[in-house]
Amino acid sequence: MIETIASLELPVGEHLAIRRNRLCYKEDTKSLGRVAVVSGTHGDELEGQYICYEVARRIAAHPEYLTGIVDIYPALNPLGVDLASKALPITGMDLNRMFPGSREGNAMEQIAAAVMEDLIGTDLCIDVHSSDIFVQEIPQVRLSGEFAGRMLPFAKLMNVDVIWMNATATVHEATLAHSLNTMGVPTMVVELGQGNSINMPYGNQVVDGIFNVMHEMGIWTGEVPPTQLPAISSDGKVEFIRSDVEGIFLPRNKHNHFVCVGELIGEIVDPMAGQVKRQVAAGKDGLLFTLRNYPVVYEGDLLARILTGIV
Amino acid sequence: MHIHEIYTVHSTYREDMKIRGYTFGQGEKSACIVGPLRGNEIQQMYVCSQLIRALKELEANSCICTGKQIQVIPVVNSYSINVGRRFYGVDNVDLNRAFPGNSYGEQDRRIVHALMEDIGSYVYGIQFASFYMDGEFMPHVRMMETGYQNTSLANLFGLPYVVVHKPAPIDTGTLNYNWQAANTAAFSLFTRTNWEIDERSASQGVAAVLRFLKRMGIIRYDSHSGYISHVLYEQDLSDVHTGRAGIFRGLARPGDDVRYGRPLAEIIDPQEGVVRETIIAPTDGIVFFAHTKALINQGDIVYRLVHRLHE
Repeated sequence: MIETIASLELPVGEHLAIRRNRLCYKEDTKSLGRVAVVSGTHGDELEGQYICYEVARRIAAHPEYLTGIVDIYPALNPLGVDLASKALPITGMDLNRMFPGSREGNAMEQIAAAVMEDLIGTDLCIDVHSSDIFVQEIPQVRLSGEFAGRMLPFAKLMNVDVIWMNATATVHEATLAHSLNTMGVPTMVVELGQGNSINMPYGNQVVDGIFNVMHEMGIWTGEVPPTQLPAISSDGKVEFIRSDVEGIFLPRNKHNHFVCVGELIGEIVDPMAGQVKRQVAAGKDGLLFTLRNYPVVYEGDLLARILTGIV
Repeated sequence: MHIHEIYTVHSTYREDMKIRGYTFGQGEKSACIVGPLRGNEIQQMYVCSQLIRALKELEANSCICTGKQIQVIPVVNSYSINVGRRFYGVDNVDLNRAFPGNSYGEQDRRIVHALMEDIGSYVYGIQFASFYMDGEFMPHVRMMETGYQNTSLANLFGLPYVVVHKPAPIDTGTLNYNWQAANTAAFSLFTRTNWEIDERSASQGVAAVLRFLKRMGIIRYDSHSGYISHVLYEQDLSDVHTGRAGIFRGLARPGDDVRYGRPLAEIIDPQEGVVRETIIAPTDGIVFFAHTKALINQGDIVYRLVHRLHE
């Protein structure tokens, strides 16, 4: 059943509405387990659109296997999705830095508070993000160190390639995941692909993981495809490669590929002069799990990440 | 006056963005004034430019006290100002949420890190800042309740109000918060506007800083004593929300003394021209903040009133 959980009137003949599709085929819902799949907090991260679709499609194809509640929130920032804008188009603010929101605050803070209220009581929340528009990522779960102990058993079931503990700002304060975890709702951030696009093989991999988790939780009784165990990493095992010069970055290696020390990852070039300004090489052996696709770079921009310490 | 470069951003196709500090006097790092971290803080840049003009004259007349040094950074984020954007760079980062930064991360982190390295050891830190909501304020000093705040010192600016704000998780990335963490007595000054120049409140801002510097024994300068500030806690402001969206017709301005039950604003139907909603004052008080844009969404804050205060 599709319900509007929050709505506010916009100036001219339109509402900003946050909708949730509740999938449940039982009469008495009080004692049922509940999983939420949340996406579209950043409007330029569209991998979650496919994941939401595929979860809903598989459940609709076999409703007899669903013994709990699955709530799907495809777009927490619907105007952003419409405009391919990471931020909230009206204010330019990042919705994922506004949680837990406030019922007394401005309109978007009230929306954030309404989302939080709707998610309270969920047994597991999966917050799906793409990478940004600059780099591509393999499917991974990101956990903050604070909640890693509780979330790791769930994360291992997600069929991702990597679990990155104490990762980036996506799991830090004022985010949906951090706020929900603080309020006792187990929440993990899944990140994959790249902004403004959909990688269906990655999406299917994560959807298999979602059904695997639901199966373990007793919410899904259907068969689940075989899943893999992820590599587990803390920040210390991740080698960041950043640009030390401005220019145009040309990737010279494959994403999701094992690289050795000294192997060329990319080049930063000067289009005006036709010169290579920097050759960027791997500093350590490992899996090239992040690779920049967006060409224009400044000093400090992320070019690649290598997951070390795995064989 | 001495000018030094704090940080330089190199770009492939734009000229360098140079962050410059203008220092006056020599000796103890007494006071530092920082201008726009955001591209919409035009009024803030104007105030800082006028401060530099005034301090240059004071220095020429030997009015900077011996052993005291003042620094003004009139603009940080000139790249965004020049293209009319609020936030920094292609990934649209709010520099005033990126503190304390670091020397090895993304460029926004490097910029604020370099800034903190330069300004972190001043005794007093003054930022001309902007609020996340668009609108006009009564000129005031804003402080975070970090345990280090000192409202008595804030009174010495002689502005009409001092507002103490309890920091939310999102505020821990601001300059004010991190300045305080570095043992600088930090103050954020708000004049009326951002995008537009408001000469009257800009002059008030310049006068407030010079008054403070004089009272702290940093400059020799004769100035009016200003106001005995009214200290208030942000949670004590009465927020007035809209019930409808549409065209906003404000009937009260910052500083107005309003009465319970009197109309504050009207929301006009943008297609039929009729009044959709008349917003009524929920209390007697002074208008502290007023929404000024032509359009308004349902649920937004249109006014903040200082409850039961009269002129």
